[in-house]
Amino acid sequence: MNALALLLVMELGDRFALMGVVLGVLLTAVAYTVYAERRIAAFIQNRTGPDRVGFDLIPQLKFLKGAIGLGQPLADVIKLLMKEDVVPENANKFVHALAPLISLFAALTTIAVVPYAKGVAIADVNIGILYILAITSLGVYGITLSGWASNSKYSLLGGLRSSAQMISYELSMGLAVVSVVVLTNALNMGEIVESQTSNPLNWNVCRNLLGFIIFTTAAFAETNRAPFDLPEAEQELVGGYHTEYSSMKFALFFLAEYANMIVACTVIVTLFLGGYQVPFWTDAPWFVQVGAFITKTLFMMFVFIWVRWTLPRFKYNQLMDLGWKFMLPLGLFNLLIVASTIVIFGNSLPLSILNLVLVALCVAGSFAAKPQSKMA
Amino acid sequence: MIEAYLPIFAMIVIAIVLGVLLLTLGRLLGPKRSNSEKMSTYESGIEPVGTAKARISVKYYLVAMFFIIFDIEVIFMYPWAVNLREFGVSGLVSMITFALLLLVGYFYILKKGGLEWN
Repeated sequence: MNALALLLVMELGDRFALMGVVLGVLLTAVAYTVYAERRIAAFIQNRTGPDRVGFDLIPQLKFLKGAIGLGQPLADVIKLLMKEDVVPENANKFVHALAPLISLFAALTTIAVVPYAKGVAIADVNIGILYILAITSLGVYGITLSGWASNSKYSLLGGLRSSAQMISYELSMGLAVVSVVVLTNALNMGEIVESQTSNPLNWNVCRNLLGFIIFTTAAFAETNRAPFDLPEAEQELVGGYHTEYSSMKFALFFLAEYANMIVACTVIVTLFLGGYQVPFWTDAPWFVQVGAFITKTLFMMFVFIWVRWTLPRFKYNQLMDLGWKFMLPLGLFNLLIVASTIVIFGNSLPLSILNLVLVALCVAGSFAAKPQSKMA
Repeated sequence: MIEAYLPIFAMIVIAIVLGVLLLTLGRLLGPKRSNSEKMSTYESGIEPVGTAKARISVKYYLVAMFFIIFDIEVIFMYPWAVNLREFGVSGLVSMITFALLLLVGYFYILKKGGLEWN
């Protein structure tokens, strides 16, 4: 009995160490994603971006100053910490402070079930994917409450828009996840990755390209990133739901937003890009698997940033039309096709071919479609 | 299997503690120089007119209701999806029937203009 308890404690100790590492990596990654986003945006817009701040206080790191600005995230954090925390006098003070906490909470706890290598996850629960859907939908509360508690018109409108947008795209996201569950026959994140094997042709992005596109698009909307960043449409809503937030509360929203983006990328990688699987190398050592996982995640993050600085923002009616009139039926259609193929053929090869044809048709259709001339 | 959830609970506690810690730190480090202008709600530089707790478009309530209908549909699909290989053709046919029934409602909403945002 004692030995068993000891084993449990040791096991938990490992989990706690992993938790510390993951949170540390995630928070650092958030800081440097902001930096990377600014640098990539600058590159796309043909400007320089942040290139001044270095680590001059530490002599060994002086060489980092040379026009790459790696100290920028640290400087930003210190600046935000030293700012005054302004709360409007007619705001609901408690909810005003609670909202950024909920946002951060939802962003940080989602990562708990994502496997980083074979058998390496903070929590290996058998309903991992349901846990992810449950926690990410909590994020809506943070945004809605922040909009309501600020007692500002811009905040309220931003919060409402944002919550309507997030729940709309959650449907197509859920449907895309169901199609993955049908393909992999598992709800456990580790099993979902294992069933994709080390052959890239077995990854869900090849077996279910349509599902991947639906899920990724919904993930853009869920993380409130361009082209779905209407809650923060500056021209109409000033700052959206965080108009009345300053100092560390604003920083928490910022943190949550980028943590959400990173977590969304890890989920996309797990569900569709084979997770930690190394191409053509079954049972690779754990550090190679972690490396593969991080590489794929970085690639997806680059795609997120790339899309943000390439596509213009939707109008609100276009956004809702896309979500309800296009993505939802498409998600259902995709799911029924996946299910039919699995039941009738017993394997997913016809599905891969069918999906390629469908996506080719969609792309061709989008090029052929005439732009809407209807005046709003 | 409840042990599997222990790390999740730990993670939840850590996330909350981290958030509270950061908020407290920000409150302690920041200056406090408030005046009535600064504490008023931002409204593009003019004096705030009325309260923001005004009535909002009924569209948002509609979206919330539609969301509940279709989200429950999706939730129904999870247990079905895991067992689809055992259910075989009968499972497929029943889910197609279910989806078609929901689509009837969907088209009703669509034709009623419940999804129009102009």
